[in-house]
Amino acid sequence: MASSSSDQTFDVASLVEDYSLYRISQYVLVILFIGFFLAPLETGIMTAFKTNRAVAETIPLVPPLGEGFTLDNMTFALNALSGAFFNSLFMAIPATIGSVLFGSMAAYGLTMVDWRGQLGVLVLFLIGIFLPYQAVLVPLARFWNNIFPLASMVEPLFVLAPFLQDYHANLVPLIITHIAYGIPICTILFRSYYQGLPTSYVEAAKIDGASITKIYRRIILPISKPMFGVVFIYQFTQIYNEFLFAFTLISGSDTPEAVVTLILPAVGASTSGVDFGIRMSAAFLAALPTLIIYVAFAEQFAEGLKTGG
Amino acid sequence: MATTDKTETAKPQAEEVGWETKVRYFLNSDLVRSSPYWGIPFFLMGIAVYGGIGFNTAISLTDARGLTPPNYSPGNLDFEMYTQALGSSAFLSAAQNNLVLLIVFTTVCLLLGLFLAILLDQGIRYNNTVQTIYLLPMALSFVITAQVWLWIYNYDFGLMNIITRAVGIGSVDWIGNPSIALGSVIFALIWQFSGYTMVVYLAGLRSLPDDQFEAAHVDGASTLKTYIRIIIPQMKEASVSAAVVLMVFALKAFTFLYALTGRYRPPNGTDILATLMVRQAFKLGKWAYSAAIATYLLILALGVIAPYLYYQYRQGSL
Repeated sequence: MASSSSDQTFDVASLVEDYSLYRISQYVLVILFIGFFLAPLETGIMTAFKTNRAVAETIPLVPPLGEGFTLDNMTFALNALSGAFFNSLFMAIPATIGSVLFGSMAAYGLTMVDWRGQLGVLVLFLIGIFLPYQAVLVPLARFWNNIFPLASMVEPLFVLAPFLQDYHANLVPLIITHIAYGIPICTILFRSYYQGLPTSYVEAAKIDGASITKIYRRIILPISKPMFGVVFIYQFTQIYNEFLFAFTLISGSDTPEAVVTLILPAVGASTSGVDFGIRMSAAFLAALPTLIIYVAFAEQFAEGLKTGG
Repeated sequence: MATTDKTETAKPQAEEVGWETKVRYFLNSDLVRSSPYWGIPFFLMGIAVYGGIGFNTAISLTDARGLTPPNYSPGNLDFEMYTQALGSSAFLSAAQNNLVLLIVFTTVCLLLGLFLAILLDQGIRYNNTVQTIYLLPMALSFVITAQVWLWIYNYDFGLMNIITRAVGIGSVDWIGNPSIALGSVIFALIWQFSGYTMVVYLAGLRSLPDDQFEAAHVDGASTLKTYIRIIIPQMKEASVSAAVVLMVFALKAFTFLYALTGRYRPPNGTDILATLMVRQAFKLGKWAYSAAIATYLLILALGVIAPYLYYQYRQGSL
């Protein structure tokens, strides 16, 4: 490679045509790492479709064959998780919409308009991203349970709504908590996007006498559509996958309002040990919503991670 | 709106400004007029984050435990819980584990991520698909990946032990053996997070101008030398921001450890401050004591964040 490329320019096209040993070793590495990242998930999915005998007798990476194949684990896991699925979506969707909207508004107020002291407010938002949630868990538990028992206040309203049971009211404090703690990261994601926008639109609109509200509704919202996609996907994955707040605010994994992440650690476990067929089925089903979103919108997901972490 | 007219009529009186005009100026300023946008989110976030921290500190200064409400009378406020934590061997070993986790996890993730990013930046075919595969673990909850890794580390049938038996090492108790459990946990976390550092480094690599390679090649430098001398030094900013995210995560990692056993106590020898704190609070009801541990955790996190924010400020990127 070194001798052939020293007189060539370093562009992609010349590299792809180059089938040297160096090139082949690069592809071998790429494929080895594909194995490294996929093997755990592959063994999980294979095990999900195996009978208990096949789990004990076959190598985990090998697909279930013949008598070793079963759908029983899947149906069992689906039954165990179906209620929790609804709870997770009922919790994650409004929490995502709320935090994304607030984040966009805050970022607009902090970038498109200039005022003194902005930096100080921004730093307070930034610290909010990195804060260890452990530092607010005790207050959070005390607040929603003893000081402001919102769940029991809104509970009667849930009887009026079809599809909702009164126990869903216990998810309302969790939704509000997720919105509040999601605001900082959403704000910073939108801010980095708004900073990259050309200011000429906004300046022109200001000269024309457009109000701050008008600029937001007519200019900023329409051009930030792609960023709404990015932040929505990022934030939905975060909230759907979140465990600690659910663990703190929902009374237990055996209660009807428990979300998916809360139930999962216990599925498949019994006094005689762990049934890994059932457990892997449940893990796969629980991962499905985020997996579908991830495969469909991988680029937006990566974009969110790049700026947000 | 009419507000713009008001400012114009108010301006000519600038020589002698009365307080009414000052108030009107203030009310028409961008600070106030944009406040509905940033103010409401700021208020909500402020109560949750800073109100929460304040409340936590207040509880940590009391003796609150069990179901009895904390006693906030000034005579009862003391730092007893903080000294009690520092004197406890459980706290110190958790802090030590936390430090090991933080250093090993962050270092390996950064190095592996940089390596993967450089690998994918070589004009690999389907590099977008490969990137998607490498990043896949980041889309999954720790609760889910912990279940999968429990299966991989299973003593009798797990993939890891099938490999070690085939190689001739024999079965290893990856999770149950206190001296290697922390290593097993770190390995799984690296699997989950190295895709993230790769994405950050890839973004950094792709923002560099292409002609640096050409220039280096004209000067006769090899590809390896070009990376070490020219490219990697320019990844400083990407490294710093990724390192901060990883270090803060390492401090507060709880979910993965909890989900590994499904109980309050993580696998032997892997207790970190976050798991210790949650166990003290929600299993034993020692609210004040766990609030004090949480404060220590917060101070450690601020020790990582504050220099980072200062660095960002100096760079002008805030």
